Parts: sequence; structure tokens; C-alpha cells
Amino acid sequence: MADPMRIRAAVRDGVVNVKVLMSHEMETGQRKDAAGKLVPAHYIRSVSATYQGKTVLSAQWGPAISKNPYLEFNFKGGQKGDKVIVIWEDNKGEKRSDEATIA
Amino acid sequence: MNHSRRKAIKTGGGVLAMLFAAGVIGPEVVLAQNLGESAFSMKTLAEVMRAVGAQSPATSDAIVIKAPSIAENGAVVPVSIESKLPGTESITLLVEKNPTPLVASFGIPAGTEGNISTRVKMGQTSDVYALVKADGKFYMAKQEIKITLGGCGG
Repeated sequence: MADPMRIRAAVRDGVVNVKVLMSHEMETGQRKDAAGKLVPAHYIRSVSATYQGKTVLSAQWGPAISKNPYLEFNFKGGQKGDKVIVIWEDNKGEKRSDEATIA
Repeated sequence: MNHSRRKAIKTGGGVLAMLFAAGVIGPEVVLAQNLGESAFSMKTLAEVMRAVGAQSPATSDAIVIKAPSIAENGAVVPVSIESKLPGTESITLLVEKNPTPLVASFGIPAGTEGNISTRVKMGQTSDVYALVKADGKFYMAKQEIKITLGGCGG
């Protein structure tokens, strides 16, 4: 199981700023190991963030997102104390879901 | 003798099945962005633009790319995109000279602001494109980022 995400969410003037740091190798599939064999691709393929059951961001990624991906976005209408849930899924079907309370 | 070919065909079928499954599970995500997994393996910018449905997007000043003009480490290039276009539906990030130019596509539901920050890998100095779909039309902006150390070979 992958390490948990670090998520910060804070509301200011009715806009929630969400910062997410995921822990993932993001292997491109183009790199060769010491023996000269291609290292198979392993990367987060989809990400979604929800607030009270409503999707506030969805993303499709390729392997060109940096290792240990960082993502920041803003959405309107979130309340302090509520939760934002972020889910990712990689190309091997592994999933991770974490949540943060809006500060 | 033909094992690799068979395997390739099998894998291809698997990918299609996965795409189908993805469509069944999250129709709103697929509708919002409408990008198949195959778009991520396309080798040229023009191919990706065609796949996305944006043949000749208009350049717009309302899209701002915030990124360093010179990045030392191509493995970690911070990029922010801000779209001030009303009705922004999606933001797609492309790096022209990467082996596969399509980096990421973000679906922006109503209520979410058109600004996204992330970090990307760049193999070499290249133009970075932000493709924004707003009110059903495509707009774009680009900026060159110079790389002194590539990030795709690891």
C-alpha cells in the first residue's frame, strides 16, 4: 500500500485552496535499470477530489507528472470543518483515498 | 513464434476493457474530458490536439502559464496554469518535445476555479502548452521552458 497523501485545505473568502502531495514513484516506462532493461511504467493515471459527494476536480495523468506528485487547486463554496476527499488510481490498479478537514 | 504478437493483442483488448470499465464507473469524468488512455501514448502535439478535438485552438491572453523560463532540473518543473476564461471546462497540459506530449488533463466542474498547479517532467527544452476548453471552444497559451538537465531518462 502506498504511503498516505498529505492534503491541506483552507478556506479564505469562500474559496477553498487545496494542496495535495502524493507519494508515488511515477515511473515513465522509458528508463532503463542498471542491467539495461526497461523499467515498466508505473504512474498515477487518474485523480479526483470530492467535497460533500460532489466532484470538485478530476484529472487524467500520464507518466510525465513528476515523482511524488503535487497538485493545487481552488474551489468555491466549501465550509470550514468539512472534509475534502482525494482519490488516486495508478496504472496497476492500485488506489489510495485520503481526506482532509478544511481549515 | 508469434507469442509477442498475441500478447500485444491481448494487452490491447485489456486496455479497451479497462477504458470501458472506467466509462461505466465514472461517466461524468469521461464526459468532462473525453480523453482515452491512447492520447497519452501519442508522440506528437498535432496528434494529441486532434484526439482532443482541438485542431486549431485560438491563442488567448486569458490563459496564463506560470513557470520558470529556465529550469535546472527537468524531472521537477513547477507549472501553474490559470484560465480566466468564463465557463472553463478543462485544462490540458502539453509539453511539445516530451516523448509523449500529453502530460495531464484536468476537468474543471462549475464552482472550481480555473487555476491548477502541479510539477511535471521535461526531457529537454520545449514549449509548454496549456489547452483550455471553455464554453465548448478550445483556447491555448504557450511558454518556452529551458531545461539544463533532462528529466525523462531519469
